[in-house]
Amino acid sequence: MFAATCLALLAIMAIALVRAFMGPSVYDRILAVNMFGTKTVLFLAAFGFLTGRPDFLDIALVYALINFIGIIAVLRFVETVTHTGTGADD
Amino acid sequence: MELILDVLSWILLMGGAFFGITGAIGTLRFPDFYSRVHAGSVTDTLCALMIIGGLILQAGFTLVTVKLIMVLAFLWYTSPAASHALVRAAHHMGVPPVLLPKPDARSKTREGSSSKP
Repeated sequence: MFAATCLALLAIMAIALVRAFMGPSVYDRILAVNMFGTKTVLFLAAFGFLTGRPDFLDIALVYALINFIGIIAVLRFVETVTHTGTGADD
Repeated sequence: MELILDVLSWILLMGGAFFGITGAIGTLRFPDFYSRVHAGSVTDTLCALMIIGGLILQAGFTLVTVKLIMVLAFLWYTSPAASHALVRAAHHMGVPPVLLPKPDARSKTREGSSSKP
């Protein structure tokens, strides 16, 4: 049961990676990374249940925190770079 | 009782996986950035709810359930906020929304809808 969920989550992460590589604008890539991070949190929780190790959930919680901070940091970075026009491709 | 919990968590987990995959395919296929963000972030909350709900049913009343609820609560707060910040930044930087369907093969079949302003 958990194995099926883990496989499905891996498939979602693969599709998000395809969108990251294909994404025309930088914001598509940020969206794909955001989806990847969220699904990693779910994958960690499901994998923790699969292998019977409850401490994976702490890692999942920390990952959710850091993913959010990372997305906001990248957005702030992209906004300032394109603002000052130092050649961020868009 | 155990069987009911197993069946319920099976349904929840598979439903969550299904919604996640449809959202990911939506992110892949939609023509324009804003519809992709919508497809991608809509599933974040629903897919997380169903998968973590399925896991909670398996964990029962233990500390693990508390951690799962914390993870779910945090995902529910941050992923919409991150998507909002993403769309606001994109809009601020002038990413053009595609309002009319692109003039490719499909636009012939939907001629009526695209003529409206």
